Amino acid sequence: MATMTLYPDDERLSATERAVFDLYAVSAVVLFVLMMLIGLLMRTAQGNWMSIPPDLFYQLLSMHGTGMVGTMGMITTAVMWFFLRKYVKLHLWAFVANFVLFLFGALCIIGAIFVGNYGALWTFLYPLPVALAKTWSNGAAAWFLLGYLLIGVGMLLFYLDAALGLIGRFGNLGRALGLQWLLSGDIDPDHPKTVVASTMVIIANVLGILAGAVVLVLSLVSAANPEITFNALVMKNLTYWFGHMYINATIYMAVIALYELLPRYTGRPYPITRPFLWSWAASCVFVIVVFPHHLLMDYAQPRWVSIIGQVVSHGAGFPVFLVTTWGVLTNIHRSGMRWTMPSRLMVLAMFGWAAGIVPAMLDGTIAINRVMHNTQWVPGHFHFYLLLGVLPMTLALLYHVIGSREQTTLDSSADRVGFPLYLLGGLIFTFAFLDAGRMSVARRMATHLPEWRGTDQVGTIGALLLVLAMLYFAMRIAIGLLRVKPDAGPRHAAR
Amino acid sequence: MVYQDVVWAVSLAGMSLITLGFLYVIVHVGRPADASAVRDIQRRSSRWRLVLFVVLLIGFFAASYATLHRFPIPAQNATLGAQQVVRAVGRQWSWQLAVEGQPPGNPLRLVTGSPVEFHVTSADVNHGFAIYAPDGRVAIQTQAMPGFDNKVLYTFTVPGHYKVMCLEYCGVGHAPMATEFEVTGATGG
Ligand code: HEM
Ligand SMILES: [Cu+2]
Repeated sequence: MATMTLYPDDERLSATERAVFDLYAVSAVVLFVLMMLIGLLMRTAQGNWMSIPPDLFYQLLSMHGTGMVGTMGMITTAVMWFFLRKYVKLHLWAFVANFVLFLFGALCIIGAIFVGNYGALWTFLYPLPVALAKTWSNGAAAWFLLGYLLIGVGMLLFYLDAALGLIGRFGNLGRALGLQWLLSGDIDPDHPKTVVASTMVIIANVLGILAGAVVLVLSLVSAANPEITFNALVMKNLTYWFGHMYINATIYMAVIALYELLPRYTGRPYPITRPFLWSWAASCVFVIVVFPHHLLMDYAQPRWVSIIGQVVSHGAGFPVFLVTTWGVLTNIHRSGMRWTMPSRLMVLAMFGWAAGIVPAMLDGTIAINRVMHNTQWVPGHFHFYLLLGVLPMTLALLYHVIGSREQTTLDSSADRVGFPLYLLGGLIFTFAFLDAGRMSVARRMATHLPEWRGTDQVGTIGALLLVLAMLYFAMRIAIGLLRVKPDAGPRHAAR
Repeated sequence: MVYQDVVWAVSLAGMSLITLGFLYVIVHVGRPADASAVRDIQRRSSRWRLVLFVVLLIGFFAASYATLHRFPIPAQNATLGAQQVVRAVGRQWSWQLAVEGQPPGNPLRLVTGSPVEFHVTSADVNHGFAIYAPDGRVAIQTQAMPGFDNKVLYTFTVPGHYKVMCLEYCGVGHAPMATEFEVTGATGG
């Protein structure tokens, strides 16, 4: 059973581990602030409060999408590492290699965008990156794709190391996932939820990254020799298989923080159960086969594939609502939990995830997708669960960690302003997108029709609040992490 | 009622229910319950979860049936046999619409009440073919993909000025990539 000690000994970081973790964390919060500033610029331009030429706008959109998804992948890997290392042998070199490759990949991508003018967005949908009419060269597209490959290789290394660790302890991935207890048998109460979630992520995301590698290499081939072309529908399927799994894996890696930390803050055990194992086994299958909901408007897609896309999108709500959300709420109910930053952020995160998938599931319905696809409904729902879900989950861990390093409370008066600011800004920002989706405002457009600008301007105000709050969180976390006090202050003792 | 407004209302309703659940728990965080109260909370939680599971399951099957028993996308390899057939080609960064059998360039005029078949493709990269109704809302869309011919079947009910916009990012000229056509009442009005 997961520990109830706030700062258990087996989570203590050695000096090297701490340096690496800090590197991840500080880079992440800095990148989040920068990418949010880019988001604010785009929103301001859509609302016509500022003018950005279209080529630059799409470069910024490419940077924001890639930067946010990449940073989220990087920091949630750190969440997984932070907890999984307690249970299985992880090699620090793999964790370091992932970061180094991430940095090199990020440099390639930033160079491709701001030096090479790459503007085919984070989804690099073939054949646009290598098409004839574009404002960037095939060379720039190649640098961008190479950057992705480097980041993907880094993650594969980390996952491989983790998979070996899991197999070393549990025999195989199925047992790590707890499949042996699905139907019968006494579940080992000490089987860590972290292990279950990590195993699922490894299985799914390795498949996704490999599919991604295939499209990336094929696109690179096309960039080198434009005579060679590929089937656009096959390429799109592979691209979304990769993209969907990659961004969803960040949720499943981040939620580990919730499983581990929540019981420590509520003071109530949060035991592993059969429904929990079912939910992760099912989610593992769902996340692998749900990607066709990105291709519902490709009428050439076989019918049964689109049906899978819809049915699984809806089914994927069951584990989230019935197991994770329900479990979290039950754990909190009448627990007497005190409201400090980690606990607030965890509750917000669970809310953002659960509420955000409602508009997402609607959008995964073929009949509805006919009128909502590629409208701002889509950034409306994914910002909801990324911005109000995944990001707060990771911030909860970072706040928790700085709590072990400094004597200050995790509930300063600035925190009490920053948190509601983030929440308010987030709600204004995401609902402005959803309302725009209701009015059929297109997503991914540099310029908006005059009648669309109302929601853009409201969204800009929300974005401004978000940026301010995140700037504060980032400074608080960076300063808290870089304090040189040892990890094992008095707070590390039992609660 | 406009379709999008219904979706918005359903979404708000679902999100509000979840919000209420969270508010209920947040209000009741209170003081730590004792061991027997915790057991009681867990028992009731499991029971209500079962209820929720059954409700969601029924909702799931009902929604799947309601939205799939008549498949929302027309069969692609059958002939649809509509009286009005339009060929639509997207390219960076313009649309070309032509009634089948007529040279492109003539302004497109369609009538309400009888189905229209759009055959949508692309000459270069992926585009999104979305028809915006006179009220500014998307009426129907499909992807315009190089090498594929996506068939849309749509019956206009409201006469007026329709717009085609691109709903798949296709490069620097994506936002202004639009065209227009007229739909008149079947009786000529
Ligand atoms: C202050 C916070 C943020 C602002 C102001 C912001 C703003 C924006 C804007 C304006 C867009 C383009 C919308 C359109 O298609 O018209 C966008 C897209 C996107 N954002 Fe954000 N965003 C923020 C936070 C985040 C976060 C936290 C994430 C993920 C962790 C994220 C991930 C994305 C992604 C993946 C896209 C899609 C890019 C694409 O369409 O290619 N954003 N954001
Ligand atoms: Cu376009």
